Amino acid sequence: MFDNVWLIPLFPLIGFIINGLFGKKIKNEAVIGGIGTLMIFLSFLVSCGILMQMIGLPPEQRVFEKVLFPWIHSGNFKADMAFLVDPLSVIMIMVVTGVGSLIHLYSIGYMHGEEGFYRFFAYLNLFCMSMLLLVLGSNMLVMFIGWEGVGLCSYLLIGYYFHKKSAGDAAKKAFVMNRVGDFGFLIGLFTLYWWFGSNHNIWTVNFMEIKAASHLLPYGGVVTFATLCFFVGATGKSAQIPLFTWLPDAMEGPTPVSALIHAATMVTAGVYMIGRMSFVFVKSPETMMVIAVVGAATAIFAATIGTAQNDIKRVLAYSTVSQLGFMFLAMGVGAFSAGIFHLMTHAFFKACLFLGSGSVIHSMHHALHKVHAHDDAQDMRNMGGLRKAMPITFITFLVSTIAISGIPGFSGFFSKDEILWMAFANPYHGNLNIVLWGIGAIAACFTAFYMFRLVFMTFFGECRINPKAKSYLHESPLVITIPLMVLGTLAAVGGYLGMPKILGMLPNYFEHWLDPVFELANEYGSKYAHHGAHPSHAIEWGLMGLSVVIALVGIAIAFTMYVKNTELPGKFVATFPTLHRVVYNKWYVDELYDYVFVNPCKSFGQFLWKGFDVLVIDGIVNGVANVVMGFSGIFRYLQSGYIYNYAFSMVLGVVVMLGYFIFK
Amino acid sequence: MSNVLSLTTFLPILGVLLLLFIPKESKGVLRNVTLAVTVVTFIVSLIMLTGFQTNAEFQFVENVPWIAAGPFIMRYNIGIDGISLWLVILTTFMLPIAVLSTYTAVDEKVKEYMICLLLLETGMLGAFISLDLFLFYIFWEVMLIPMYFMIGIWGGKNKIYAAVKFFIYTMVGSLLMLVALVFLYFKGMEAGITDFGLLQFFNLKLDMATQVWLFLAFAFAFAIKVPMFPLHTWLPDAHTEAPTAGSVILAAVLLKMGTYGYVRFAIPLFPEAAHKFAPMIATLAVIGIIYAALVAMVQEDVKKLVAYSSVAHLGFVMLGVFAFNVEGISGGMLQMINHGISTGALFLIVGFIYERRHTRLITDFGGLSKQMPIFATVFMIVTFSSVGLPGTNGFVGEFLILLGAFESQLRWWTIIATSGVILSAVYMLWVFQRVMFGELDNPKNQKLLDLNAREIVIMIPLLIMIFFMGLYPKPFIDKMDPAIKKLVAQVRVASVNAQVMPASDQMKMPTGHQAMPQAPAANTGSEMPAGNAGSNMPAGHSGMETPAVPTAAPVVNPHEAK
Repeated sequence: MFDNVWLIPLFPLIGFIINGLFGKKIKNEAVIGGIGTLMIFLSFLVSCGILMQMIGLPPEQRVFEKVLFPWIHSGNFKADMAFLVDPLSVIMIMVVTGVGSLIHLYSIGYMHGEEGFYRFFAYLNLFCMSMLLLVLGSNMLVMFIGWEGVGLCSYLLIGYYFHKKSAGDAAKKAFVMNRVGDFGFLIGLFTLYWWFGSNHNIWTVNFMEIKAASHLLPYGGVVTFATLCFFVGATGKSAQIPLFTWLPDAMEGPTPVSALIHAATMVTAGVYMIGRMSFVFVKSPETMMVIAVVGAATAIFAATIGTAQNDIKRVLAYSTVSQLGFMFLAMGVGAFSAGIFHLMTHAFFKACLFLGSGSVIHSMHHALHKVHAHDDAQDMRNMGGLRKAMPITFITFLVSTIAISGIPGFSGFFSKDEILWMAFANPYHGNLNIVLWGIGAIAACFTAFYMFRLVFMTFFGECRINPKAKSYLHESPLVITIPLMVLGTLAAVGGYLGMPKILGMLPNYFEHWLDPVFELANEYGSKYAHHGAHPSHAIEWGLMGLSVVIALVGIAIAFTMYVKNTELPGKFVATFPTLHRVVYNKWYVDELYDYVFVNPCKSFGQFLWKGFDVLVIDGIVNGVANVVMGFSGIFRYLQSGYIYNYAFSMVLGVVVMLGYFIFK
Repeated sequence: MSNVLSLTTFLPILGVLLLLFIPKESKGVLRNVTLAVTVVTFIVSLIMLTGFQTNAEFQFVENVPWIAAGPFIMRYNIGIDGISLWLVILTTFMLPIAVLSTYTAVDEKVKEYMICLLLLETGMLGAFISLDLFLFYIFWEVMLIPMYFMIGIWGGKNKIYAAVKFFIYTMVGSLLMLVALVFLYFKGMEAGITDFGLLQFFNLKLDMATQVWLFLAFAFAFAIKVPMFPLHTWLPDAHTEAPTAGSVILAAVLLKMGTYGYVRFAIPLFPEAAHKFAPMIATLAVIGIIYAALVAMVQEDVKKLVAYSSVAHLGFVMLGVFAFNVEGISGGMLQMINHGISTGALFLIVGFIYERRHTRLITDFGGLSKQMPIFATVFMIVTFSSVGLPGTNGFVGEFLILLGAFESQLRWWTIIATSGVILSAVYMLWVFQRVMFGELDNPKNQKLLDLNAREIVIMIPLLIMIFFMGLYPKPFIDKMDPAIKKLVAQVRVASVNAQVMPASDQMKMPTGHQAMPQAPAANTGSEMPAGNAGSNMPAGHSGMETPAVPTAAPVVNPHEAK
């Protein structure tokens, strides 16, 4: 089965080619959507086969590399088109193809009747292929094809409604910000390649070869530089500070895109990349600290913005940024498997949330369309009380909200609690731990608050939709609700795969599964870890209890403000207008970037063109030409061709010479 | 088959003779005959590709006496190696495409136009295959004339200014090169060289001062052609004024003359001087990358934007070539071909919409995707190829260039150059967005027709090459690899000489070569292939002061000792 791993990215590629080339002629939505969904589902089946086979193998044999064909060989440099199957990549392909299949299925219903239906499915398949290349690549370069490929698909899908200027802008912004990250990725790659090559004559970009040679890497120094560069790449792809502003704008794309690309899969690529190269990252204590701090800061920063947004998808977008911050926090404190675990549970509940919001928007849009109202179908202020009209959407949404808020028994609780605990108890960051934990805990409180705010505003209270449209609200068709139910179930129970040891009911399958991948990183880490007193079980229980309390507090505040006492938010805004304005406007980060980077670049470009190119360089060139012309204009008189001119100058010469000799 | 090279080169001239017998008015016949001639030329050139042995030697060599004027002996000495092979193929590949693009675009003086195109092809092919310095110079000048006429006669509003600027810029460079050529020849005669044959000059040992002056003269001529910052200002004008086919050929092939000149002549002829000036040239290349990208960003004319993007792309090529290692030069060579394909395609695309709307102002467009879906797809693929998206051709070349340059002493230059990948995305995607996305609100755009069959046929080969070279560049790299290894070895030996000389001059100073902290570190990086390639070096090169290598051994080893 391992040998067939190349089929996994191949199927979506076939789907892309069929729908891309012939989709326009096929026209039949069922056929187009069916091909798209079937292809990714076939990949899912192959992935399942690989997972089964891997489960049957002893842990040390769970690594397999499949070389497809040689790609770039030049001088010392070698990169093949090759795939790596190991416990980490298997988790990723399961998530990508599993969640991907559900979202493809959902899209058949959601995109019904859209212009360019075939285009959507072609892009979605292309995205899946790129994402699978990213997670399966056995060297940095194949990973990089996927890395840029998903950026391309993200560009195409954000810009799906290309006639809207906002969509075009958002697409471009996403791609360019990702490119900033790619710049970091490339420099990191060059540095590692050059360092290994020039110092040890190991010329490689292959992950397993780097792993085998990673004991040669020093702690800090060049590794810090390289890993920080890679981390810049990760911040671009995974929307962390400072490169996060593209993700909320990316909500311009259709909702299934937000669910698949901007929540479940692509944006987690940065986390995956750090996991894939954990044995390099962990060799730099400084980078680990930067990752942890950036992760924690992003978690809280995005969470605050999420509390003030009214667009249902924007809330979820900031929530995603914030949750990705949690994952980075996990990576930064060396809790690699906890980070990947949160990646997986987040894929379940956030995909469910996005698809749920899509179901709501779909229904709202439909209802508003029926009565020709032009209200915003995504604004939560126009919603309310939808639980009656859309029971399935409501229940799955609620389950996922409970999961993300960290209520015990649901998946988010297990993964988030593990991260917070490791932030507190990790041996790497000394006194910083308590700060990291504190920020994480506050962010978790905010999470519970804004998510329940969303639920209360959308599904509870009075229905604030245009009264005429109210009767048209309805539950979405099965093709939409089935994926919701599956994902809702996973959001509820997915966490039992990775129960913390302390709860002791089930072994932590997830961590054991990933042990062979992260073993080496943990070993390197222990070289510089602070071997202090290990925090006791009592503390762990205490903190766990505390994080539950925190979540409940967040929910309680949301309940008071948005159900019991609905004029409270208005009062709050009236009391702190500046604070609200700043948070609502996303701390003016976009404006800051425009002011600091975008506008100066443009004016500098203008200056270089009009000022330097045209004035200076061409000025010199044309100046020289003019001087030559001027001189030739003068010399022209010397050759006028008139005899009397020549005679006159001869006479003049004779006179001058005579004069000279006479008066000498 | 032995003179397939001459056949390829002069087939277009035969075509010109044929055209002379066709009346002016039968435009269709003129076009079709020209197309046929270029297609046949392309097919004939494929014989070279299949017959080419993957080694470092020059192949299909023809060497016969040509002119003997007093002390000046010129020979008709031609041949190709892995470096020139692909440029020859690129030329013959692009020409039918260029011809096909003129079918509706050029309706006046068709006969003259076609003759210009064919003469240009011969000139370009000749320059790529010449192994005689004088012959090269002749072809170099021959190219200039048809291009001058193409801009000056069939160009846009400002055509005379652009044509004269193009001509004078290039002429200044070539005259300097001519002087240097003659000077070099006399130097060669002192050392017993009897004709202008390029290969013998590789073994000529010149003192540093002579090398510097000669290198500068050659480098200046080539830098204008590339064009490198700050000698690039003829290019935007020439491109904007030139007719589509002219722009395509200018971008795809003519600019490569400059970079090819460095690889074939300036660097191997004067390796020590090349090393000396590498930091300076790299600086100009990097400035060019960033500068041109910034300027491209604010252009209002699509064609000018593409022209500036060319300057940036060729900056990458120069950076790769002056890394002096296999990765960098291979990347540079690949990038030359890639740029030919991608930028050629971009100029065709600009031509398509220009023919429909007779404007190139970005603000005149918007929302074309809705009206022209096929065009949108093609434009998008080419855009991403130009941006260097992995999986397309642009990536492989750019990546190898940056990788090679990073390994060499040009590490810091590389980091700045890499930021060019961000800027290229900015300007290309921005123009794409403004032309293709948004509302289709201009009434003149609402009736635009999508690409017709001929236009699709033009683009298909380019699109195929974009993906083929992106996904499977191996055949390209393999064929050029031995020649590049040989070049690197040639240059490496010289660089070692250059480094050893000052060190041995000042014996008292043991840290002599540590004055250049970057250089030894960089050399260790790529020392391995040099050793290998060195052993394959043809006998002719053993004259290259072999004792220098052992002397140099301690210089290149400091890293191993760590």
